[in-house]
Amino acid sequence: MDLEKRILKLIERDARLSAKTIAAMIDEDEEKVQEIISGLEKNRTILGYHAIVNWEKNGWDGVTALIEVKVSPEREVGFNNIAERIYRFPEVKSVYLMSGSYDLSVIVEGDSLKDVARFVSHKLSVIDQVQSTVTHFILKRYKEDHIIFNEGEEDKRLVVSP
Amino acid sequence: MNNMNDYLSASVKSIAPSGIRKFFDLVSQTEGVISLGVGEPDFVTPWHIIEACLYSLEQGYTMYTSNSGLPELREEVSYYEQRTIGVEYAPADQILITVGVSEAIDLALRALLEPGDEVLIPEPCFVSYAPGAVLAYGNPVPVETYDIDQYRLRPEILAGKITPRSKVLILPYPNNPTGGIMTRQDLEDLVDIIVKNDLIVISDEIYGELSYFEKHVSIASLPGMKDRTLVMNGFSKAFAMTGWRIGYACGHPDIIAAMTKIHQYTIMCAPIMAQKAAVEALRNGEIEMRKMIADYNYRRKLMHKGLNEIGLSCFEPRGAFYCFPSIKSTGLSSEDFCEQLLLKEQVAVVPGNAFGQSGEGFIRCCYAASVNNIEEALRRIKNFLNQIE
Repeated sequence: MDLEKRILKLIERDARLSAKTIAAMIDEDEEKVQEIISGLEKNRTILGYHAIVNWEKNGWDGVTALIEVKVSPEREVGFNNIAERIYRFPEVKSVYLMSGSYDLSVIVEGDSLKDVARFVSHKLSVIDQVQSTVTHFILKRYKEDHIIFNEGEEDKRLVVSP
Repeated sequence: MNNMNDYLSASVKSIAPSGIRKFFDLVSQTEGVISLGVGEPDFVTPWHIIEACLYSLEQGYTMYTSNSGLPELREEVSYYEQRTIGVEYAPADQILITVGVSEAIDLALRALLEPGDEVLIPEPCFVSYAPGAVLAYGNPVPVETYDIDQYRLRPEILAGKITPRSKVLILPYPNNPTGGIMTRQDLEDLVDIIVKNDLIVISDEIYGELSYFEKHVSIASLPGMKDRTLVMNGFSKAFAMTGWRIGYACGHPDIIAAMTKIHQYTIMCAPIMAQKAAVEALRNGEIEMRKMIADYNYRRKLMHKGLNEIGLSCFEPRGAFYCFPSIKSTGLSSEDFCEQLLLKEQVAVVPGNAFGQSGEGFIRCCYAASVNNIEEALRRIKNFLNQIE
């Protein structure tokens, strides 16, 4: 694996690893690692860093919906324009172009069911190229980005063993 | 009633309780401990292996297996040893499935030793070999290894320990606790002494996959060594399966048959659910195993660099998942160092003398821990060193 890829793999799993720690882990100069990371940020290979939050613990009972959207692609630009029309809305968390029985998978977050319903009926469905939508509400999160939400993932080993 | 100790056998009474046990009790009573004292992976067994075991239970595989172990597991072990160390063992009579390598070592010593026979044991090493020899009425003979030799067993030191009673040589490489390995050349340098003195070798290769600089070489693969070597391996370390208690021994049919005799009357067979899981591990476990090993390697470098930076000089470990730094600069004994470090900074490491007298002046730090815990432990050890200066 080349150096950039190794660094990316480490950061992808834990964005809070410092350049110093990464340097020790892969046996490289700290400055060199920092330089590579800055370069990857500048050329937008690394697009951002965020935390995986279990909002239930914080008491926020907002809703997340996964919306299947069928659209009519346009000449020359295909799905890109219509995708942009959708992802520019701040309520939209993610948008993916899909293979299969629908075209765009749109993930939307809102404070309440009503919020999401309003978004679908007032903003999404009314776009000319949108033919139909199917909205699925997420009921429970089990695992996200490799992180399991369950309690009980703690170290179960004996503290000392031969 | 009399003092019940009077009823105990002399050989059992002669064995000191494990130094690790005493330390374990102390650590268990302390709050907020970061432990680098473990001797096992920090990964849970890969899910595909657990799932295969669950499936076998659903299918009703809850019975005895043959004494030697499931035929399909012995076949997989045979393929595995052939592709890793390049030695062929016949599933029918050269492989015995055991309850971990620990059982295999016990069986081998009991099968081989006459009372008073000597067992040559490179030290520092895992805690079971010497007591195992004593329980088989043999005499353990420590053979020291040193950090200046990268903890390799040197032929001149081994030669100096040979007597007419020498019978078995244990080769525990890659080594717990030192992280030392034996290269092909290092092993070739021992062959003359082994053959001339007609020794049987017990090669404990449980950390064989965890060799970071070069592929592990087994002494069994050297010319003329297969018949006088027992290769022992298992699933605990490479496949993160410590609690399944499953391992095996490979060797000459006569010795395997003798070991099987003891095994059939004492154990009957290794648990079938663990055997089923082991089959899955050998058939489909390579990818997950490589990921875990890559992860140990990152942390190996992190801890080795960190220990040297805070002033505990440390041989760069080449295998297993331990660093074994010297604490001689502190003037403390290994046990005092570990006890004070635990009480003052709540970091648990294992005193080196738990692994034989030649481990005195060293501590064992396991890097099968999270990056955060390794870095925090290093900070705390640095604090501790500043306090005792």
